[in-house]
Amino acid sequence: METVKLTIDNRQVEVPKGTTVYKAAKTLGIDIPVLCYMDLGDMNIENKPGGCRICVVEVEGRRNLAPSCSTTCAEGMVVKTHTMRVINARRTIMELILSDHPKDCLTCAKSGKCELQDMAVKLGVRNIPGQEYAEMSTYKTDFSPSIIREMDKCIMCRRCETMCNTVQTVGALNAVNRGFMAVVAPAFEQDLEKSPCTYCGQCVAVCPTGALTEVDSTPKVIRALADPTKTVIVQTAPAIRAALGEEFGMAPGTLVTGKMAAALRQIGFDYVFDTDFAADLTIMEEGTELLDRLTRHLNGDKNVKLPILTSCCPGWVNFFEHNFNDMLDVPSSAKSPQQMFGAIAKTYFADKMSVKREDLVVVSVMPCLAKKYEAQRDEFKVNGNPDVDFSISTRELAHLIKEFNINFADLADEDFDRPLGESTGAAVIFGATGGVIEAAVRTAYEVHTGKKLPKMDFTELRGMEGIRSATIDFDGLPINIGVAHGLGNARKLLEDVRSGKANYHAIEVMACPGGCIGGGGQPLHHGDSSILKARAAAIYREDAEKPIRKSHENPYIHKLYEEFLGKPMSEKAHHLLHTHYFDKGNKDIYI
Amino acid sequence: MSHIKVELKKEDVAKIKEICKAFNNNPGELINVLHKAQSYFGYLPAEIQEVVAQELNIPVAKVYGVVTFYSFFTMIPKGQHPISICTGTACYVRGAEKVLDEFKRILSVSVGETTPDGKFSLSCLRCVGACGLAPVVMVGEKVYGRVSPDGVKDILKEYE
Ligand code: SF4
Ligand code: SF4
Ligand code: SF4
Ligand code: FES
Ligand code: FES
Repeated sequence: METVKLTIDNRQVEVPKGTTVYKAAKTLGIDIPVLCYMDLGDMNIENKPGGCRICVVEVEGRRNLAPSCSTTCAEGMVVKTHTMRVINARRTIMELILSDHPKDCLTCAKSGKCELQDMAVKLGVRNIPGQEYAEMSTYKTDFSPSIIREMDKCIMCRRCETMCNTVQTVGALNAVNRGFMAVVAPAFEQDLEKSPCTYCGQCVAVCPTGALTEVDSTPKVIRALADPTKTVIVQTAPAIRAALGEEFGMAPGTLVTGKMAAALRQIGFDYVFDTDFAADLTIMEEGTELLDRLTRHLNGDKNVKLPILTSCCPGWVNFFEHNFNDMLDVPSSAKSPQQMFGAIAKTYFADKMSVKREDLVVVSVMPCLAKKYEAQRDEFKVNGNPDVDFSISTRELAHLIKEFNINFADLADEDFDRPLGESTGAAVIFGATGGVIEAAVRTAYEVHTGKKLPKMDFTELRGMEGIRSATIDFDGLPINIGVAHGLGNARKLLEDVRSGKANYHAIEVMACPGGCIGGGGQPLHHGDSSILKARAAAIYREDAEKPIRKSHENPYIHKLYEEFLGKPMSEKAHHLLHTHYFDKGNKDIYI
Repeated sequence: MSHIKVELKKEDVAKIKEICKAFNNNPGELINVLHKAQSYFGYLPAEIQEVVAQELNIPVAKVYGVVTFYSFFTMIPKGQHPISICTGTACYVRGAEKVLDEFKRILSVSVGETTPDGKFSLSCLRCVGACGLAPVVMVGEKVYGRVSPDGVKDILKEYE
């Protein structure tokens, strides 16, 4: 590999040709401040519009300061990262950015986690010269079911655009206008709701400021908890337990399942349940559907569509409703675990408890912003009453815990309640990319072959590679499985399926890179893939420690079928646990 | 940005497709495609942008981003009588802004807009090379020199 030698802050360094000054400095342990820049590490995607200029450094022999994030190292370069000129320039740049930024820090949803705020602190900005007479740009605020766009707070780093276009290939957001009126917006500056946005929330996850945030449902949850006529129950998705701790200063990958259950009980939920129970249920329905389609296919039925695609991810569902509307009969008809939980809670559980549907409030804690939208879909309501009343993100739960004066770190572990809190290891791994299909394989194998699984761990389905495939031997029958995470990868895989190039029996897709552990509602990871890997490892650890690791062995699932549903894909199961998809048009529906 | 709903005729769609095709439907040629489309249609309403996006296989948001970034592109059709006010240095010094304000006041439109009846549109130009006549106003092809704010009324009257 060709390398170049240069000097940064009087220290020699040798780096591969093409390395940026910013990255070269990093190898020396020098952290040059950056704002617009974003490095998505393993994905090999960088956002470096070179727009903010916070990262400037002095390069000997050059008249102007150079933005280190987008300047490549040259042989013999002499770089200084903290001269007086550099420090003054950074502060001036920051003052200019802030002169057109609302001073809302006291009430801003991002306060405390805002990179702009942190940078102002770091650079020692104490006043903003000229702000008395500087004109401020104003822009309408856009409310969608999942995401709020407050463009007055946008600093045009365009990270969201990179996520939406390059990573997710959705293309809902783009920089529009110029100068003062420049923002990132959907086409024709329409609301997000009218764009092809999937609500995956990846733009929210990387926005350095309060310009993109989730709709905060915690006030509604608090109101429901305070209402004596309501029974309020909560379900928590698999990915929460592997990330919530980060909001309380714990290391990424710390499992907080027991503390989380304890905190939810202290907050006052009447029953603390687990979405994992519904994940096991999903496997029963989706797995049965897979085997059904497979058997019919093997018997030569021409009407049956393969591959079957997983449908637990609402971001993914939104994506294929927009982009693969010619393939709406390919995904499994099984609802997502969140919605399966809601449907069972408001029928089976409500009956058991003799609570009226209207008096049962189902709250879900999700790593996801698309789940907020999903919970509001009309087909998941009965007479206007939704199966899931409120969906809050991991970050919102952390807020709630803090608001309720709970010292999270000191909580003793507690368990989930029965019956909707019992789950298997197969359900836990739903949180990581590859997990849903691994869980499905564990069950489908045993149901199909009638034999015990020789091994539980299908490591060939795990990992962070964007598209993975593996062939699993079903006792002589080879089953081809595909896995994609991130919608850009999903698009590639699906296009190969559409064109007949790829030949799979089953495909798992998750909208978010890493799967739900990297969801748009999780503690902000700023694209750092080591955090995602730590979370995934935690999930697989919890799976390995579970006494039961196959969905079809969950005793409470058995009971549910015995007492209520009959068998998988029964008429009742169809009615409550399956859904259908809508053609949302393959172009934007602006006008 | 406000926009006017237009219904594209079959031949309009065909024309846009033809323009895109001439550039091999290459997304890298977006700006050139838009130039061609605008010189043919006079402006680039949302509907045209959607067809372009579809043909080049890029998000409409991206097309709209480019249209709003370059001041050359417009989403509003020119009026029957496009009014251009020169705001070049000579004209500016000699009071072009006051003249512009008067047009804005009488027509109740801003720069870049068209009156609701479609009669007049307002835009600014850089030096048109007639500095001796500053401030200069053009209505269509006709040039008016030494225009004063009081004279604006009379100019507009000619087109009633
Ligand atoms: S939520 Fe996802 S699809 Fe929607 S704008 Fe953000 S990144 Fe794009
Ligand atoms: S909305 Fe946020 S992420 Fe997008 S450009 Fe603005 S500040 Fe950056
Ligand atoms: S991958 Fe998970 S977090 Fe992301 S949109 Fe899908 S369900 Fe939500
Ligand atoms: S971080 Fe380098 S220009 Fe913004
Ligand atoms: S400045 Fe107006 S014509 Fe020259």
